Amino acid sequence: MNKIIAKENFSEKVVRFEVEAPLIAKSRKAGHFVIVRIGKKGERVPYTIAAANPQTGTITLVIQRVGRSSEKICQLEVGDYITDMVGPLGKATHIENFGTVVCAGGGVGVAPMLPIIEAMKKAGNRVISVLAARSKELVILEEQVARYSDEVIIMTDDGSYGEKGLITHGVEKVIQREKVDLCVTIGPAIMMKFVAQLTKKYEVPTLASLNTIMVDGTGMCGACRVTVGGKTKFVCIDGPEFDAHQVDFDEMLMRLKAYN
Amino acid sequence: MSEYLQAERAQEWREVQRKSMKNKDRTAIPRVKMPEVNPEVRSHTYDEVNLGLTEALALEESHRCLDCVDPTCITGCPVEINIPKFIKNIERGNYPEAARTLKETSALPAVCGRVCPQERQCESQCFYTLKLKKEPVAIGHLERFAADYERNSGHISIPATAAANGIKIAVVGSGPAGLAFAGDMVKLGYDVTVFEALHELGGVLRYGIPEFRLPNEIVDIEIDGLRKMGVKFETNCIVGKTISQEDLKEEGFSGIFVGSGAGLPNFMNIPGENLIGIMSCNEYLTRVNLMQAADPESDTPVYKGKRVAVIGGGNTAMDAVRTARRLGAEKAMIVYRRSEEEMPARVEEIKHAKEEGIDFFTLHNPIRYEGDERGRVQRMLLQRMQLGEPDQSGRRRPVAIEGDTLWLEVDEVIVSVGVSPNPLIPQTFSGMEVTAWGTIVVNNDTMQTADEMIFAGGDIVRGGATVILAMGDGRKAAKSMHAHLTHPL
Repeated sequence: MNKIIAKENFSEKVVRFEVEAPLIAKSRKAGHFVIVRIGKKGERVPYTIAAANPQTGTITLVIQRVGRSSEKICQLEVGDYITDMVGPLGKATHIENFGTVVCAGGGVGVAPMLPIIEAMKKAGNRVISVLAARSKELVILEEQVARYSDEVIIMTDDGSYGEKGLITHGVEKVIQREKVDLCVTIGPAIMMKFVAQLTKKYEVPTLASLNTIMVDGTGMCGACRVTVGGKTKFVCIDGPEFDAHQVDFDEMLMRLKAYN
Repeated sequence: MSEYLQAERAQEWREVQRKSMKNKDRTAIPRVKMPEVNPEVRSHTYDEVNLGLTEALALEESHRCLDCVDPTCITGCPVEINIPKFIKNIERGNYPEAARTLKETSALPAVCGRVCPQERQCESQCFYTLKLKKEPVAIGHLERFAADYERNSGHISIPATAAANGIKIAVVGSGPAGLAFAGDMVKLGYDVTVFEALHELGGVLRYGIPEFRLPNEIVDIEIDGLRKMGVKFETNCIVGKTISQEDLKEEGFSGIFVGSGAGLPNFMNIPGENLIGIMSCNEYLTRVNLMQAADPESDTPVYKGKRVAVIGGGNTAMDAVRTARRLGAEKAMIVYRRSEEEMPARVEEIKHAKEEGIDFFTLHNPIRYEGDERGRVQRMLLQRMQLGEPDQSGRRRPVAIEGDTLWLEVDEVIVSVGVSPNPLIPQTFSGMEVTAWGTIVVNNDTMQTADEMIFAGGDIVRGGATVILAMGDGRKAAKSMHAHLTHPL
């Protein structure tokens, strides 16, 4: 049982929670995720950790209402408890001074990107963050991202904020302008697919953080399997980050619809 | 040990029982048959298939046991249950004492009485099997009877524990290896904490073995017994992730037992295997057993295929195919590359599956899957096989019959071709030696790893075995860790 300490509605669809989880807060690193279950009939759902504070013993999750399970969590209030939470899971992001890193986060994917932006900046990288959303209300965490970024580029589908256009336009502009050593992308699978296509064209090494269907999250079930470089990998223990140019995004998109 | 057995056997009541009936009359009694639910009825419910012996049946069967001078049956039991003692207690009608005898050495008697392959263990070493060439005493059925009788009586005995010695011991994983280890250590007075990664306890007993073979309630009650003996349990805690090896040392744990299991499913790496509707047996059984996905109230979904193929011939394959039947499969099939004779599954499981209308495609091996436009599996290409020379396992090797293939329509496929050790502990622990297959290397006599404070057992060492072998490892590790902590070399 993990107590909810704070709740903030970023938008109608996106909620930020701060949850008591002292052991996870202490041991997690950028890129790690947790598995969360609400209620005795609840399913196990993975969420990437957006932030952690070992002093207060809390972690931050940013959750978008997309289905029954995320809806259940979003209905919880401060003082309520999350029935089960386990983590940190997955492999941590490999952080080093690459040079210039473009962090391309779409929608709620900006939340799990935040600790990577912070870690990349602290490792000495020049960090350019490209944040994309459908419209202005859905742009999240801009201020926190700006704190650790040398530049923030905002893209919206409808042009209501920043520049009008897709995330790939923002990323391409940077690549054409200066040498980029690494791109990290987190967001909807379809978005990551197009970012990967773009950066492959320019031969910019790219990591994508995948969020697939999982059950246990510890390598036990294989529900999360993806094809990377022609080989089957488990997102939970081999990932969640993979070489985006090797990921079979079409298969991943298909498998995400397994229970729709 | 044998002195203890002889002293027990020499007790007056045992002599009285032995003399109460001539051996000739005992051996003339036919072996009891386990009452079962009708196959047609049971293939639509999750209720337990084996009903358990009635008191009358158990009493009759107990008279078959000759209380041998040299009880060879015990040598066949990985946890060395005093088999004649518990059976003779049944014979004299002292069922609670029979249950207490089981608990002298077994942490989970009601579980073992249900899932142990007794035909390959105690019963294979029974005097009836070895010398009389008759059907062995139904030791497993009697074990279950004694454990169930005690549980149903409402007076569950809690084994005595030594005075607390204050020494903290950590157990990684709450499956059969960890529970057996924890039970023995708490009896010796240790302060035992079991860490479990999932939100429920029991490991494979919970997520793997289905309700119709091992009801969850049985697992709950056995774990509750350990809790009453003083074992502490922490769910949602992954040693190596949530807390590190160093954290455990800092918190004063003097010994660690790793029983993290074989939680990594193998796939065959054939074309189309990632199509929707194809999954590992672990995923399928975890959804149904741990997450109760068949319950309409559960948020966890599960496929309810109409034409379901399960690839493999082990006990897990039988569990999966029988589960598929219960979830409404019109055609539930086992696809196995060797013949029935080579199947690793227990004879009882194969028999139950056949009674429930499962189709067996033996000497068939899938080589490709194809799906519809949405990526859902539609059909599988099977390669016909024949048996060749024996391989390293001693079983005849399956060889493809070139060009002899057939397509089979399926809408769900469950891959049950073995598991590999869970990599989390080997990846995150230092000081242990790990094989190329990911199993932890131990001294086979002591279960001690290269790190003298860490012991290991069960599937993380064996790479995929049985509940009772895991429990045997747990007991062995407890004995040697106790020796190590009291008389370090």
